[in-house]
Amino acid sequence: MFAPFILALRAAGVPASITEYLALLRAMKEGVAGFSVDDFYHLSRAALVKDERHLDRFDRVFGEIFKGLESPSGEAPRELPAEWLRKMAEKILTPEEMSQIEALGGFDKLMETLKQRLAEQKGRHQGGSKWIGTAGTSPFGAYGYNPEGVRIGQEESRHRRAVKVWDQRQFRDLDEDEALSSRNMKVALRRLRRFARTGAATELDLPGTIGATARNGGSLDLHMVPERHNAVKVLLLMDVGGSMDDHIRICQELFTAARSEFKHLEFWYFHNCPYERVWRTNRRRRETERPTMEMLRTYGPDWRLVIVGDATMSPYEIIQPGGSVEHWNEEAGQVWMGRLTRHFRKAAWLNPVDQSHWRYTQSITILQRLMENRMYPLTLAGLETMARELAR
Amino acid sequence: MAQFKGTENYVASRELEVAVNASVALQRPLLVKGEPGTGKTVLAQEIAKALGYPLIEWHIKSTTKAQQGLYEYDAVSRLRDGQLGDPRVHDIANYIVRGKLWDAFESEQPVVLLIDEIDKADIEFPNDLLLELDRMQFFVYETRKTIAARHRPVVIITSNNEKELPDAFLRRCFFHYIRFPDRETMEMIVRAHYPDIRRDLLREALNVFFDIREVNELKKKPATSELLDWLKLLTIEDMPPEALRSSDTKTAIPPLYGALLKNEQDVHLFERLAFLARRRGG
Repeated sequence: MFAPFILALRAAGVPASITEYLALLRAMKEGVAGFSVDDFYHLSRAALVKDERHLDRFDRVFGEIFKGLESPSGEAPRELPAEWLRKMAEKILTPEEMSQIEALGGFDKLMETLKQRLAEQKGRHQGGSKWIGTAGTSPFGAYGYNPEGVRIGQEESRHRRAVKVWDQRQFRDLDEDEALSSRNMKVALRRLRRFARTGAATELDLPGTIGATARNGGSLDLHMVPERHNAVKVLLLMDVGGSMDDHIRICQELFTAARSEFKHLEFWYFHNCPYERVWRTNRRRRETERPTMEMLRTYGPDWRLVIVGDATMSPYEIIQPGGSVEHWNEEAGQVWMGRLTRHFRKAAWLNPVDQSHWRYTQSITILQRLMENRMYPLTLAGLETMARELAR
Repeated sequence: MAQFKGTENYVASRELEVAVNASVALQRPLLVKGEPGTGKTVLAQEIAKALGYPLIEWHIKSTTKAQQGLYEYDAVSRLRDGQLGDPRVHDIANYIVRGKLWDAFESEQPVVLLIDEIDKADIEFPNDLLLELDRMQFFVYETRKTIAARHRPVVIITSNNEKELPDAFLRRCFFHYIRFPDRETMEMIVRAHYPDIRRDLLREALNVFFDIREVNELKKKPATSELLDWLKLLTIEDMPPEALRSSDTKTAIPPLYGALLKNEQDVHLFERLAFLARRRGG
């Protein structure tokens, strides 16, 4: 009965299956939805969507199928990343206004003002909807910006009675494929856990007890084992300063996640490429500096080394002695990289730079080779692959 | 068939009612997700109340095994009894400890079974329960008996999204995502809990509350349960509504913020914002 609906859902990337379709039909037969479209919407959503990230897609498909709503031509409408909108705001609002808004209430407020401003602009430039395109400064031009797709002016969600439920698209925020919060970072890092039994014996060892009792000729012989603890040891080397400033936020999230997830976590900083010295705190760098060799001696090969850096620098900083931008280094960065990877058999490099840009930066290619291809993007998928590799 | 409707102290949206009724009618589990503090666990209690069924709660921890919900074989006490020559030892059934699912299946009347925070358990946990929840029966190896449900229980499963649940499991459930309530709904929820709260206090408190939720950098945004706690504190302290109006007070930190902000980073963030606001104002 609703076959086209199911097919459209599947085409939109909502993984609805036959089982769920049949469940929906049965529920219809039972009269759960009655004769109201809204109820049918709720029912089909509960039956067919199993992940809140798909709710928005569902709303869109539902709107299309049951109202003949036309989707914008070309590619499926995609929400513009918050970053673009921010850039946009920077272009349109003055820095004073920006900081004022930031202080007032962050992003939402910013969008609000931006929306107003765009509306005003539309009035003044008679071109109407094309204003952004013709101005030539907009960061959207290149991406084929479509005001309908972006829906900057979507007022509907404010007045919920005015529109049908599925048109309000209340779940838009949840449809983020690469939402990377410290919460799901933690979940990804959890794969790294290695359980080991150490410490006081507090748990009953059932197989041991049974074995010992049997050997004892049937008289009970209790055996205890220590509880299991996460025994993985992680050494985090973080690149700071320079080009890493763009990635501060995500590194901070990673750091928070790692710190609460591992009991044995040590972290050191370096700049651009690891050389003969690393340090503990950035503010008191001189006092907390230690020779890298000492670090190698302190942490055994059973530690897992995770380097976080954008690996974006001049190739000389890696391959030439004295190539460092900060000081005269006796030995080239690649010598140190070799020492690190030889010492720590389990090592990985996390790179916050978008993976599709890697091959355009020579230094990334070099370091990727030095890491024996164990460089992963700092995304959820990248973290998971890394955790799986390191846990082997 | 009894229908689920919101009760006087639980405000349920129409979508939630439909989802619950569908899962009751089709006797399939209902998976409920949503921000912490939006009333996922309370939902099961309210469903039980609305349908007039008893509620069996199974709270999942990281160490919980699926088997524990069915039954456990207490080998140690049998060993001990064997040593002491207790006659009970000859019947293995004496050492089978029933789990929550068993209780729910064997119950004389239909029950509501809450499996709380299923994502806390091991990644294989939901898979181990697939057949049991589908057929509502399981096999006890020790006694060679099949335990089948007399009445299929209404199963409510909550998840906080810490782990992805397997597709095979999801396919067998209905799903509902509890959205964060908007202002109107929130007012109804508060009224359901504190019917005689002062109107002006509630208005100011909701202003502050939604303002706080607007701040994007917060680690843990306050949710419904925090708001309810906070309002209770405010009424106990007999706080005048004017004290909440941040625009004319010197500080922007709401009074008794401890109920709303749960970690020191968030409190610091607020102090900083308050400082900036003061500087701008003065």
